[in-house]
Amino acid sequence: MATIKIPPVLRASVGGEKQVDASGEDVGAVLRDLASNHPATQEQLFSPDGQLNRYVNVYLNDEDVRVLDGLDTAVRDGDTLVILPAMAGG
Amino acid sequence: MSTSGAELLRLVKSQIQEVDPAEVNELIGEGVTIVDVRGSEEFATGHLPGAKSIPRGHLEARIDSAAPDRTAELILYCQSGNRSAYAARTLQEDLGYERVRSMTGGITLWKDRGYEVEIPRALSAEQRERYSRHLLIPEIGAEGQQKLLDAKVLLLGAGGLGSPTALYLAAAGVGTLGIVDDDDVDLSNLQRQVIHSTQRVGIPKVDSAEESIHALNPDVNVVKYKTRVDASNIVEIIEGYDVVVDGVDNFPTRYLLNDASVRLRIPVVSASILGFDGQLSVFKPYDGPCYRCLFREPPPAELAPSCGANGVLGVLPGTMGLLQATEVVKLILGIGEPAIGRLLLYDALAATLTEVKVHRDPDCPICSRDPDEIADEELGVFPDYEAFCAAAG
Repeated sequence: MATIKIPPVLRASVGGEKQVDASGEDVGAVLRDLASNHPATQEQLFSPDGQLNRYVNVYLNDEDVRVLDGLDTAVRDGDTLVILPAMAGG
Repeated sequence: MSTSGAELLRLVKSQIQEVDPAEVNELIGEGVTIVDVRGSEEFATGHLPGAKSIPRGHLEARIDSAAPDRTAELILYCQSGNRSAYAARTLQEDLGYERVRSMTGGITLWKDRGYEVEIPRALSAEQRERYSRHLLIPEIGAEGQQKLLDAKVLLLGAGGLGSPTALYLAAAGVGTLGIVDDDDVDLSNLQRQVIHSTQRVGIPKVDSAEESIHALNPDVNVVKYKTRVDASNIVEIIEGYDVVVDGVDNFPTRYLLNDASVRLRIPVVSASILGFDGQLSVFKPYDGPCYRCLFREPPPAELAPSCGANGVLGVLPGTMGLLQATEVVKLILGIGEPAIGRLLLYDALAATLTEVKVHRDPDCPICSRDPDEIADEELGVFPDYEAFCAAAG
Protein backbone atom coordinates (compact mmCIF):
# COMPACT_ATOMS: atom_id res chain seq x y z
CA MET A 1 0.00 0.00 0.00
CA ALA A 2 1.29 3.46 -0.94
CA THR A 3 0.16 6.88 0.19
CA ILE A 4 -0.79 9.41 -2.45
CA LYS A 5 -0.66 13.11 -1.60
CA ILE A 6 -3.50 14.91 -3.32
CA PRO A 7 -2.98 18.53 -4.45
CA PRO A 8 -5.66 21.11 -3.59
CA VAL A 9 -7.11 21.18 -7.11
CA LEU A 10 -7.79 17.42 -7.04
CA ARG A 11 -9.13 17.13 -3.52
CA ALA A 12 -12.74 17.65 -4.58
CA SER A 13 -12.35 14.54 -6.75
CA VAL A 14 -11.36 12.38 -3.78
CA GLY A 15 -13.95 13.53 -1.27
CA GLY A 16 -11.82 16.36 0.09
CA GLU A 17 -9.01 14.14 1.37
CA LYS A 18 -5.42 15.47 1.42
CA GLN A 19 -4.01 11.98 1.07
CA VAL A 20 -5.40 8.61 0.14
CA ASP A 21 -3.99 5.09 0.11
CA ALA A 22 -3.81 3.03 -3.05
CA SER A 23 -2.12 -0.21 -4.00
CA GLY A 24 -0.19 -1.46 -6.99
CA GLU A 25 3.16 -2.84 -8.07
CA ASP A 26 4.22 0.25 -9.93
CA VAL A 27 3.36 3.94 -10.24
CA GLY A 28 0.90 3.33 -13.08
CA ALA A 29 -0.95 0.63 -11.15
CA VAL A 30 -1.17 2.77 -7.99
CA LEU A 31 -2.56 5.72 -9.95
CA ARG A 32 -5.03 3.48 -11.80
CA ASP A 33 -6.14 2.13 -8.42
CA LEU A 34 -6.71 5.73 -7.33
CA ALA A 35 -8.69 6.44 -10.50
CA SER A 36 -10.86 3.34 -10.10
CA ASN A 37 -11.76 4.36 -6.54
CA HIS A 38 -12.18 8.01 -7.49
CA PRO A 39 -13.25 8.08 -11.14
CA ALA A 40 -13.20 11.88 -11.31
CA THR A 41 -9.39 11.73 -11.18
CA GLN A 42 -9.10 9.53 -14.29
CA GLU A 43 -9.23 12.31 -16.86
CA GLN A 44 -7.20 14.66 -14.71
CA LEU A 45 -4.31 12.21 -14.47
CA PHE A 46 -4.39 10.20 -17.68
CA SER A 47 -4.63 11.04 -21.34
CA PRO A 48 -6.96 8.87 -23.47
CA ASP A 49 -4.02 6.62 -24.43
CA GLY A 50 -3.34 5.78 -20.77
CA GLN A 51 -0.23 7.94 -20.40
CA LEU A 52 0.21 10.51 -17.66
CA ASN A 53 -0.96 13.92 -18.77
CA ARG A 54 2.02 16.13 -19.55
CA TYR A 55 0.88 18.78 -17.10
CA VAL A 56 0.82 16.36 -14.17
CA ASN A 57 4.06 15.78 -12.29
CA VAL A 58 4.29 12.68 -10.15
CA TYR A 59 7.03 12.14 -7.59
CA LEU A 60 7.87 8.87 -5.90
CA ASN A 61 8.98 10.03 -2.49
CA ASP A 62 10.93 13.11 -3.61
CA GLU A 63 12.01 11.95 -7.07
CA ASP A 64 10.30 12.81 -10.35
CA VAL A 65 9.07 9.54 -11.91
CA ARG A 66 10.07 10.87 -15.34
CA VAL A 67 13.73 10.38 -14.37
CA LEU A 68 12.91 6.93 -12.95
CA ASP A 69 10.92 4.48 -15.06
CA GLY A 70 7.80 6.63 -15.45
CA LEU A 71 4.59 4.71 -14.86
CA ASP A 72 6.61 1.47 -14.70
CA THR A 73 8.59 2.63 -11.65
CA ALA A 74 8.27 0.03 -8.91
CA VAL A 75 6.41 1.08 -5.77
CA ARG A 76 7.09 -0.49 -2.39
CA ASP A 77 4.92 -0.64 0.69
CA GLY A 78 5.03 2.63 2.56
CA ASP A 79 6.18 4.74 -0.41
CA THR A 80 4.64 8.14 -0.92
CA LEU A 81 3.47 9.42 -4.29
CA VAL A 82 3.09 13.17 -4.71
CA ILE A 83 0.82 14.43 -7.49
CA LEU A 84 1.74 17.96 -8.37
CA PRO A 85 0.13 20.24 -10.91
CA ALA A 86 1.55 23.72 -11.55
CA MET A 87 0.00 26.62 -9.66
CA ALA A 88 0.13 30.21 -10.90
CA GLY A 89 -1.33 32.28 -8.09
CA GLY A 90 0.65 35.29 -7.00
CA MET B 1 57.43 39.21 39.16
CA SER B 2 54.93 40.23 36.50
CA THR B 3 55.71 40.04 32.80
CA SER B 4 56.00 43.25 30.77
CA GLY B 5 53.99 43.72 27.59
CA ALA B 6 57.13 43.55 25.48
CA GLU B 7 58.20 40.30 27.10
CA LEU B 8 54.77 38.76 26.62
CA LEU B 9 54.83 39.70 22.93
CA ARG B 10 58.25 38.06 22.50
CA LEU B 11 56.98 34.97 24.27
CA VAL B 12 53.87 34.78 22.11
CA LYS B 13 55.84 35.25 18.90
CA SER B 14 58.12 32.41 19.95
CA GLN B 15 55.09 30.11 20.26
CA ILE B 16 53.49 30.77 16.87
CA GLN B 17 54.45 30.60 13.22
CA GLU B 18 54.99 33.80 11.27
CA VAL B 19 54.93 34.34 7.52
CA ASP B 20 56.66 36.98 5.43
CA PRO B 21 54.50 39.30 3.25
CA ALA B 22 56.33 38.01 0.17
CA GLU B 23 54.96 34.51 0.75
CA VAL B 24 51.49 35.85 1.52
CA ASN B 25 51.58 37.78 -1.76
CA GLU B 26 52.20 34.50 -3.59
CA LEU B 27 49.21 32.93 -1.82
CA ILE B 28 46.68 35.67 -2.71
CA GLY B 29 43.94 34.16 -4.85
CA GLU B 30 45.09 30.60 -4.11
CA GLY B 31 42.21 29.85 -1.78
CA VAL B 32 44.05 30.47 1.48
CA THR B 33 41.89 32.23 4.04
CA ILE B 34 43.34 35.58 5.08
CA VAL B 35 41.84 37.34 8.08
CA ASP B 36 42.35 40.98 9.02
CA VAL B 37 42.06 41.20 12.81
CA ARG B 38 42.15 45.01 13.02
CA GLY B 39 39.11 47.10 13.86
CA SER B 40 36.47 47.55 11.18
CA GLU B 41 37.40 51.20 10.70
CA GLU B 42 41.03 50.26 10.03
CA PHE B 43 39.84 47.57 7.61
CA ALA B 44 37.80 50.18 5.76
CA THR B 45 40.94 52.23 5.03
CA GLY B 46 42.37 49.37 2.96
CA HIS B 47 43.12 45.67 3.32
CA LEU B 48 44.82 42.74 1.62
CA PRO B 49 42.92 41.58 -1.49
CA GLY B 50 40.20 39.12 -0.52
CA ALA B 51 40.87 39.40 3.22
CA LYS B 52 38.02 38.85 5.62
CA SER B 53 37.50 41.26 8.49
CA ILE B 54 37.22 39.83 11.99
CA PRO B 55 38.25 42.36 14.64
CA ARG B 56 40.34 40.66 17.30
CA GLY B 57 37.70 41.28 19.96
CA HIS B 58 35.25 39.14 17.96
CA LEU B 59 37.77 36.54 16.87
CA GLU B 60 36.63 33.55 18.93
CA ALA B 61 32.97 34.20 18.16
CA ARG B 62 33.30 34.63 14.41
CA ILE B 63 36.29 32.63 13.21
CA ASP B 64 34.23 29.47 12.65
CA SER B 65 32.20 30.98 9.85
CA ALA B 66 35.27 32.47 8.13
CA ALA B 67 37.49 29.40 8.59
CA PRO B 68 35.42 26.33 9.45
CA ASP B 69 38.22 23.85 8.71
CA ARG B 70 40.74 23.81 11.55
CA THR B 71 43.30 21.95 9.44
CA ALA B 72 43.23 24.43 6.55
CA GLU B 73 45.88 27.09 6.07
CA LEU B 74 44.97 30.39 7.73
CA ILE B 75 46.87 33.68 7.71
CA LEU B 76 46.18 36.53 10.14
CA TYR B 77 47.46 40.06 9.91
CA CYS B 78 47.00 43.42 11.58
CA GLN B 79 48.69 46.81 11.27
CA SER B 80 52.20 45.83 12.39
CA GLY B 81 52.11 42.13 13.25
CA ASN B 82 51.51 42.22 17.00
CA ARG B 83 47.73 41.90 17.41
CA SER B 84 47.74 39.14 14.81
CA ALA B 85 50.43 37.31 16.80
CA TYR B 86 48.20 37.24 19.87
CA ALA B 87 45.25 36.24 17.72
CA ALA B 88 47.25 33.41 16.13
CA ARG B 89 48.16 32.04 19.53
CA THR B 90 44.51 32.09 20.60
CA LEU B 91 43.43 30.21 17.49
CA GLN B 92 46.27 27.73 17.83
CA GLU B 93 46.16 27.09 21.58
CA ASP B 94 42.49 27.59 22.45
CA LEU B 95 40.63 26.69 19.27
CA GLY B 96 42.89 24.03 17.77
CA TYR B 97 43.76 25.67 14.43
CA GLU B 98 46.68 23.62 13.13
CA ARG B 99 48.10 25.81 10.36
CA VAL B 100 47.59 29.39 11.49
CA ARG B 101 50.31 31.96 10.83
CA SER B 102 50.69 35.66 11.57
CA MET B 103 52.03 37.97 8.86
CA THR B 104 55.27 39.68 9.88
CA GLY B 105 55.13 43.48 9.94
CA GLY B 106 51.38 43.61 9.22
CA ILE B 107 49.86 45.69 6.47
CA THR B 108 52.43 48.44 7.10
CA LEU B 109 55.27 46.23 5.84
CA TRP B 110 52.94 44.88 3.10
CA LYS B 111 52.41 48.41 1.80
CA ASP B 112 56.12 49.26 2.12
CA ARG B 113 56.85 46.34 -0.18
CA GLY B 114 54.43 47.80 -2.70
CA TYR B 115 51.93 44.95 -2.73
CA GLU B 116 48.29 45.50 -3.74
CA VAL B 117 45.86 46.98 -1.24
CA GLU B 118 42.11 46.75 -1.74
CA ILE B 119 40.19 49.79 -0.58
CA PRO B 120 36.54 48.97 0.06
CA ARG B 121 34.02 51.55 -0.96
CA ALA B 122 32.98 53.10 2.27
CA LEU B 123 29.46 52.98 3.59
CA SER B 124 28.25 56.29 4.98
CA ALA B 125 27.85 56.66 8.73
CA GLU B 126 24.09 56.41 8.29
CA GLN B 127 24.43 53.26 6.19
CA ARG B 128 26.73 51.69 8.78
CA GLU B 129 24.05 52.26 11.36
CA ARG B 130 21.11 51.24 9.18
CA TYR B 131 22.75 48.00 8.07
CA SER B 132 24.66 47.34 11.29
CA ARG B 133 22.99 43.97 11.89
CA HIS B 134 24.15 42.88 8.43
CA LEU B 135 27.65 44.18 9.05
CA LEU B 136 27.88 42.00 12.15
CA ILE B 137 27.29 38.82 10.14
CA PRO B 138 30.60 37.57 8.71
CA GLU B 139 28.85 36.13 5.62
CA ILE B 140 27.60 39.63 4.76
CA GLY B 141 29.77 42.34 6.31
CA ALA B 142 30.54 45.62 4.53
CA GLU B 143 31.47 43.77 1.35
CA GLY B 144 28.17 41.89 1.21
CA GLN B 145 26.21 45.01 2.03
CA GLN B 146 27.92 46.75 -0.86
CA LYS B 147 26.84 43.88 -3.13
CA LEU B 148 23.25 44.37 -1.98
CA LEU B 149 23.48 48.12 -2.58
CA ASP B 150 24.85 47.48 -6.07
CA ALA B 151 22.21 44.85 -6.91
CA LYS B 152 19.29 45.34 -9.28
CA VAL B 153 16.26 43.18 -8.61
CA LEU B 154 13.07 43.19 -10.69
CA LEU B 155 9.74 42.30 -9.08
CA LEU B 156 7.17 41.03 -11.51
CA GLY B 157 3.96 41.91 -9.72
CA ALA B 158 3.42 44.17 -6.71
CA GLY B 159 0.69 41.96 -5.32
CA GLY B 160 0.55 39.29 -2.66
CA LEU B 161 4.04 37.87 -3.20
CA GLY B 162 5.63 41.10 -4.41
CA SER B 163 4.54 43.12 -1.37
CA PRO B 164 6.58 41.40 1.35
CA THR B 165 9.44 40.70 -1.06
CA ALA B 166 9.74 44.37 -2.02
CA LEU B 167 9.55 45.60 1.56
CA TYR B 168 12.20 43.27 2.90
CA LEU B 169 14.54 43.68 -0.07
CA ALA B 170 14.23 47.44 0.37
CA ALA B 171 14.94 47.13 4.08
CA ALA B 172 17.96 44.94 3.32
CA GLY B 173 19.36 47.70 1.12
CA VAL B 174 18.98 46.25 -2.36
CA GLY B 175 19.99 49.31 -4.33
CA THR B 176 17.61 49.12 -7.29
CA LEU B 177 14.14 47.61 -7.21
CA GLY B 178 12.22 47.48 -10.48
CA ILE B 179 8.48 46.93 -10.08
CA VAL B 180 6.19 45.82 -12.88
CA ASP B 181 2.45 46.04 -12.27
CA ASP B 182 -0.41 47.39 -14.32
CA ASP B 183 -3.05 47.42 -11.57
CA ASP B 184 -4.39 49.98 -9.15
CA VAL B 185 -4.71 49.25 -5.44
CA ASP B 186 -8.07 47.68 -4.60
CA LEU B 187 -9.63 47.30 -1.17
CA SER B 188 -9.73 43.51 -1.65
CA ASN B 189 -5.92 43.50 -2.06
CA LEU B 190 -5.28 44.74 1.44
CA GLN B 191 -6.01 41.41 3.16
CA ARG B 192 -2.47 40.39 2.04
CA GLN B 193 -0.74 43.09 -0.03
CA VAL B 194 0.93 44.83 2.86
CA ILE B 195 2.99 47.28 0.81
CA HIS B 196 -0.20 49.21 -0.02
CA SER B 197 -2.53 51.03 2.35
CA THR B 198 -6.15 51.97 2.85
CA GLN B 199 -5.51 55.61 1.92
CA ARG B 200 -3.93 54.55 -1.36
CA VAL B 201 -6.84 52.53 -2.71
CA GLY B 202 -7.35 53.53 -6.33
CA ILE B 203 -3.80 54.68 -7.08
CA PRO B 204 -1.41 52.66 -9.24
CA LYS B 205 0.28 49.82 -7.35
CA VAL B 206 3.71 50.87 -8.62
CA ASP B 207 3.26 54.35 -7.10
CA SER B 208 1.90 52.95 -3.86
CA ALA B 209 4.79 50.48 -3.60
CA GLU B 210 7.32 53.22 -4.29
CA GLU B 211 5.90 55.32 -1.45
CA SER B 212 6.20 52.48 1.06
CA ILE B 213 9.69 51.57 -0.11
CA HIS B 214 10.99 55.12 0.18
CA ALA B 215 9.36 55.54 3.59
CA LEU B 216 11.26 52.47 4.72
CA ASN B 217 14.57 53.11 2.97
CA PRO B 218 15.31 56.20 0.87
CA ASP B 219 18.55 54.54 -0.34
CA VAL B 220 16.57 52.39 -2.76
CA ASN B 221 16.19 53.48 -6.35
CA VAL B 222 12.70 52.40 -7.48
CA VAL B 223 12.12 51.88 -11.20
CA LYS B 224 8.42 51.72 -12.04
CA TYR B 225 6.85 49.89 -14.97
CA LYS B 226 3.09 50.46 -15.01
CA THR B 227 2.45 47.97 -17.72
CA ARG B 228 1.67 44.32 -18.39
CA VAL B 229 4.61 42.33 -19.60
CA ASP B 230 4.15 40.66 -22.95
CA ALA B 231 6.35 39.22 -25.64
CA SER B 232 6.96 42.67 -27.11
CA ASN B 233 8.39 44.30 -23.97
CA ILE B 234 9.70 41.58 -21.66
CA VAL B 235 13.28 41.45 -22.92
CA GLU B 236 13.61 45.22 -22.72
CA ILE B 237 12.20 45.27 -19.17
CA ILE B 238 14.20 42.45 -17.58
CA GLU B 239 17.51 43.06 -19.34
CA GLY B 240 20.15 44.42 -16.96
CA TYR B 241 18.60 43.07 -13.78
CA ASP B 242 20.59 40.65 -11.63
CA VAL B 243 17.62 38.66 -10.35
CA VAL B 244 13.92 38.57 -11.26
CA VAL B 245 11.28 37.72 -8.66
CA ASP B 246 8.29 35.96 -10.17
CA GLY B 247 5.12 36.72 -8.29
CA VAL B 248 2.71 36.87 -11.21
CA ASP B 249 -0.78 35.48 -11.09
CA ASN B 250 -1.09 33.71 -14.43
CA PHE B 251 0.55 30.98 -16.49
CA PRO B 252 1.23 32.82 -19.77
CA THR B 253 3.40 35.38 -18.01
CA ARG B 254 5.23 32.67 -16.07
CA TYR B 255 6.17 30.85 -19.29
CA LEU B 256 7.02 34.12 -21.02
CA LEU B 257 9.27 35.20 -18.15
CA ASN B 258 10.94 31.81 -18.13
CA ASP B 259 11.78 31.90 -21.80
CA ALA B 260 13.10 35.46 -21.73
CA SER B 261 15.13 34.93 -18.55
CA VAL B 262 16.76 31.79 -19.98
CA ARG B 263 17.70 33.72 -23.09
CA LEU B 264 19.20 36.53 -20.99
CA ARG B 265 20.62 34.10 -18.38
CA ILE B 266 18.95 35.93 -15.49
CA PRO B 267 18.05 33.82 -12.44
CA VAL B 268 14.38 33.82 -11.43
CA VAL B 269 13.12 33.25 -7.91
CA SER B 270 9.65 31.87 -8.46
CA ALA B 271 6.79 31.23 -6.09
CA SER B 272 3.09 30.57 -6.43
CA ILE B 273 0.25 30.36 -3.98
CA LEU B 274 -3.26 28.99 -3.82
CA GLY B 275 -5.51 28.48 -0.86
CA PHE B 276 -3.26 27.23 1.90
CA ASP B 277 -0.46 25.93 -0.34
CA GLY B 278 2.70 27.51 -1.69
CA GLN B 279 5.44 26.41 -4.08
CA LEU B 280 8.91 27.91 -4.51
CA SER B 281 11.94 27.25 -6.65
CA VAL B 282 14.96 29.09 -8.04
CA PHE B 283 15.48 28.80 -11.78
CA LYS B 284 19.07 29.66 -12.64
CA PRO B 285 19.47 29.27 -16.38
CA TYR B 286 21.91 26.54 -17.40
CA ASP B 287 22.95 25.87 -13.78
CA GLY B 288 19.67 24.13 -13.07
CA PRO B 289 16.27 23.37 -14.58
CA CYS B 290 13.97 26.08 -15.94
CA TYR B 291 10.23 26.49 -15.38
CA ARG B 292 9.46 24.51 -18.53
CA CYS B 293 11.65 21.63 -17.29
CA LEU B 294 9.49 21.52 -14.18
CA PHE B 295 6.09 22.09 -15.77
CA ARG B 296 6.23 21.13 -19.44
CA GLU B 297 2.71 22.33 -20.07
CA PRO B 298 0.23 24.46 -18.19
CA PRO B 299 -2.68 22.49 -16.79
CA PRO B 300 -6.11 22.79 -18.36
CA ALA B 301 -8.63 25.24 -16.98
CA GLU B 302 -10.26 22.98 -14.42
CA LEU B 303 -6.88 22.26 -12.85
CA ALA B 304 -5.62 25.83 -13.15
CA PRO B 305 -7.94 27.84 -10.95
CA SER B 306 -5.60 30.84 -10.99
CA CYS B 307 -7.38 32.36 -13.96
CA GLY B 308 -10.51 33.10 -12.04
CA ALA B 309 -10.92 34.69 -8.65
CA ASN B 310 -9.68 32.18 -6.12
CA GLY B 311 -9.12 32.48 -2.46
CA VAL B 312 -5.82 32.56 -0.66
CA LEU B 313 -4.97 32.70 3.02
CA GLY B 314 -3.86 36.30 3.61
CA VAL B 315 -0.64 35.45 5.42
CA LEU B 316 0.45 32.79 2.90
CA PRO B 317 1.97 35.23 0.35
CA GLY B 318 3.85 36.74 3.30
CA THR B 319 5.46 33.39 4.04
CA MET B 320 6.22 32.56 0.42
CA GLY B 321 7.25 36.11 -0.52
CA LEU B 322 9.79 36.19 2.28
CA LEU B 323 11.19 32.82 1.26
CA GLN B 324 11.64 34.43 -2.16
CA ALA B 325 13.32 37.49 -0.65
CA THR B 326 15.68 35.20 1.24
CA GLU B 327 16.63 33.37 -1.96
CA VAL B 328 17.23 36.70 -3.72
CA VAL B 329 19.59 37.88 -0.99
CA LYS B 330 21.46 34.55 -1.08
CA LEU B 331 21.89 34.79 -4.86
CA ILE B 332 23.21 38.35 -4.61
CA LEU B 333 25.64 37.50 -1.81
CA GLY B 334 26.61 34.11 -3.26
CA ILE B 335 26.02 32.34 0.04
CA GLY B 336 24.19 29.20 1.13
CA GLU B 337 22.38 26.67 -1.01
CA PRO B 338 19.78 28.33 -3.23
CA ALA B 339 16.68 26.26 -4.04
CA ILE B 340 18.02 25.39 -7.51
CA GLY B 341 16.77 22.02 -8.76
CA ARG B 342 14.38 21.74 -5.84
CA LEU B 343 10.71 22.63 -5.53
CA LEU B 344 9.74 23.58 -1.99
CA LEU B 345 6.15 22.81 -1.04
CA TYR B 346 4.66 24.67 1.90
CA ASP B 347 1.42 23.42 3.41
CA ALA B 348 0.16 26.12 5.77
CA LEU B 349 -2.54 23.97 7.38
CA ALA B 350 -0.20 21.08 8.11
CA ALA B 351 2.70 23.45 8.93
CA THR B 352 5.06 21.39 6.77
CA LEU B 353 7.74 22.35 4.27
CA THR B 354 8.69 19.47 2.00
CA GLU B 355 10.59 19.36 -1.25
CA VAL B 356 10.85 17.39 -4.45
CA LYS B 357 13.72 17.23 -6.92
CA VAL B 358 13.58 19.08 -10.22
CA HIS B 359 15.85 18.02 -13.07
CA ARG B 360 16.91 19.69 -16.26
CA ASP B 361 14.91 18.23 -19.12
CA PRO B 362 17.32 17.23 -21.90
CA ASP B 363 14.45 17.82 -24.33
CA CYS B 364 13.38 21.16 -22.84
CA PRO B 365 12.12 23.32 -25.73
CA ILE B 366 13.93 26.33 -24.25
CA CYS B 367 16.89 25.60 -21.98
CA SER B 368 18.22 22.61 -23.88
CA ARG B 369 19.29 25.10 -26.54
CA ASP B 370 21.85 27.86 -26.80
CA PRO B 371 20.35 31.14 -25.55
CA ASP B 372 21.15 32.91 -28.80
CA GLU B 373 19.01 30.40 -30.68
CA ILE B 374 15.85 31.36 -28.79
CA ALA B 375 13.98 33.68 -31.16
CA ASP B 376 11.68 36.55 -30.22
CA GLU B 377 8.63 34.81 -31.62
CA GLU B 378 9.27 31.75 -29.43
CA LEU B 379 9.08 33.64 -26.16
CA GLY B 380 6.14 32.53 -24.07
CA VAL B 381 4.59 30.31 -26.71
CA PHE B 382 1.66 28.79 -24.99
CA PRO B 383 -1.09 26.53 -26.29
CA ASP B 384 -4.67 27.78 -26.40
CA TYR B 385 -4.41 29.91 -23.33
CA GLU B 386 -7.16 32.40 -24.08
CA ALA B 387 -9.56 29.52 -24.58
CA PHE B 388 -8.84 27.86 -21.32
CA CYS B 389 -8.82 31.09 -19.35
CA ALA B 390 -12.23 31.83 -20.76
CA ALA B 391 -13.39 28.36 -19.76
CA ALA B 392 -12.07 28.88 -16.25
CA GLY B 393 -13.95 32.13 -15.91
